[in-house]
Amino acid sequence: MSANIVEAVGLGVTFGGVHALKNVDFRLAEGELRCLIGPNGAGKSTFFKLLTGQYSPTRGSVTIRGHSTRGLQSHQIAQLGVGIKTQVPSVFNGLSVEENVWLSARRTAKGVAASKAVTDTLDMTGLGHLATLQAGVLSHGQRQWVELAVVMASRPALVLLDEPAAGMSDEEVMRTAKLIGAINQRCALVVVEHDMEFIKMIARKVTVFNRGEVLLEDTVERVLVDERVRDVYLGRELAMKG
Amino acid sequence: MLKHLPSSASLILGLGAMFLVPTFVETFTLMEVMVYVIMSILALSLGLVWGYGGILCFGQAAFFGLGSYTYAIAMLNFGESSFALLLAIAVPALFAGALGYFMFFGRISDVYLGVITLTVTLILFNLVNSTSGGRFHIGSAPLGGFNGIPSIPTLHVPGFPERTLDAQALFAVCVAFLTAVYIGLRLVLASHFGRVLVAIRENEKRADLLGYDSRKYKLGAFVLGGGIAGLAGCLFANWGAFTSPTVFSLAQSAQVIIWVIVGGVGTLFGPIVGCFIVQWLTSYLGTLSLINPNLVLGLVLILFVLLLPKGIVPLLQKGALLAVGSLRRTRP
Repeated sequence: MSANIVEAVGLGVTFGGVHALKNVDFRLAEGELRCLIGPNGAGKSTFFKLLTGQYSPTRGSVTIRGHSTRGLQSHQIAQLGVGIKTQVPSVFNGLSVEENVWLSARRTAKGVAASKAVTDTLDMTGLGHLATLQAGVLSHGQRQWVELAVVMASRPALVLLDEPAAGMSDEEVMRTAKLIGAINQRCALVVVEHDMEFIKMIARKVTVFNRGEVLLEDTVERVLVDERVRDVYLGRELAMKG
Repeated sequence: MLKHLPSSASLILGLGAMFLVPTFVETFTLMEVMVYVIMSILALSLGLVWGYGGILCFGQAAFFGLGSYTYAIAMLNFGESSFALLLAIAVPALFAGALGYFMFFGRISDVYLGVITLTVTLILFNLVNSTSGGRFHIGSAPLGGFNGIPSIPTLHVPGFPERTLDAQALFAVCVAFLTAVYIGLRLVLASHFGRVLVAIRENEKRADLLGYDSRKYKLGAFVLGGGIAGLAGCLFANWGAFTSPTVFSLAQSAQVIIWVIVGGVGTLFGPIVGCFIVQWLTSYLGTLSLINPNLVLGLVLILFVLLLPKGIVPLLQKGALLAVGSLRRTRP
């Protein structure tokens, strides 16, 4: 087994002639926390979908915890210990928060151990007081946390978070940042985020995506002062506003 | 305690009905109620597949029909009714397994799933319909084309072919099966399998990303539903000692869906209630001979979809909860 939990080599995917992702090399060490940034359409979410088997790569390969994911279905990749929080909160809306978390905990543990995992996860995410409520009636921010709890309850080795702080108030963002720190104590993390303040709170190493490629990979301080990063971000933002 | 309330209540209700109804009602009414009971089992099968598995199957009648034909053919060939009964559950379940394998593992979307199940029913209808004449037989059982198979021997006490069940005993058996299926399904839904099934209905992608193979769970529910529908078909063949291609008809499939909608999708009690009410209404309107029952059925369906899309049982549950709540509030 390699020391890297994720190794993507020459990864690319093409949709009807459009290169959504071209030739991405990405390595993540055990226990690492990595942030992915980049303008809209840079391929971050596509990259997550390739890692979790929601898309099959056109080129290249992904190895997770020493297993090639070629030909594996989403649920098989999840069974390797990969948890993902999708961009739009994806929970079981009609079920209680507790049931949501139990469904995840029960896949890797049985009986009392599963119940304990549910209690632990609800404590960790501070959702204990919402346990009996239906996930669908909660606010957007609360559903984001429910999804984090659901992802954590199966005790994954690798967690992918797609915009975990999107649509949250400042206070909620702070709490999420703390939560992400706690999650990182347990497993490796990849976080996609747009909010630079949030990135500064949590990140050490950052990978910048642009137009389906890795533009650069460096520490957060250096990335934030890099001219190219400013160009792709500001250029795009100015173009959008203009 | 409250958790076991529905199961215990249904057990008491079932036992009561088994012994009391045959003693107090005349045979004509007994036969009428018996067909409601049998169809309730069919309604429950769709209640599981659609209400909990989220699979809108337009062809539940296919499994019902297969069950009734399997029973008839097995009975005429082997003469042991317990074996025929088991086959009448196993054959539709296997058929559902094969059909479901291609649909779920082929990741067919919901709309096409409806089309495929509907088409399969119609194919079976036409297939069986065109088997008139002596050339078409399985073993010693002639298939009979659109005339169906008459004089099917009724269930008998296991091992004693000469001790056939009379109407009263058959009624008790049907009620016992309905109660068993109801309680069995409640247990299934409380199990890990059932809870994951409901989760898949809520959000299939999320379930997949948690590591559950949603295809297997849906297939499992589909096979279970097929087996239960087959059981209903077998009992239906017993009820009239007769089966014909109409068990595969479009009307049969559509009726089941109406029962489930009227009673309440996503409940187990709902399909039974809906089945009883709609069938009673149809037969009552039939005796009045004032208006075409199908016209009224259509109207009932439209009214329910527009005004009460969740069905009767969820409405009653809500009403009961509100009543309990107001009682608690008025207490000092």
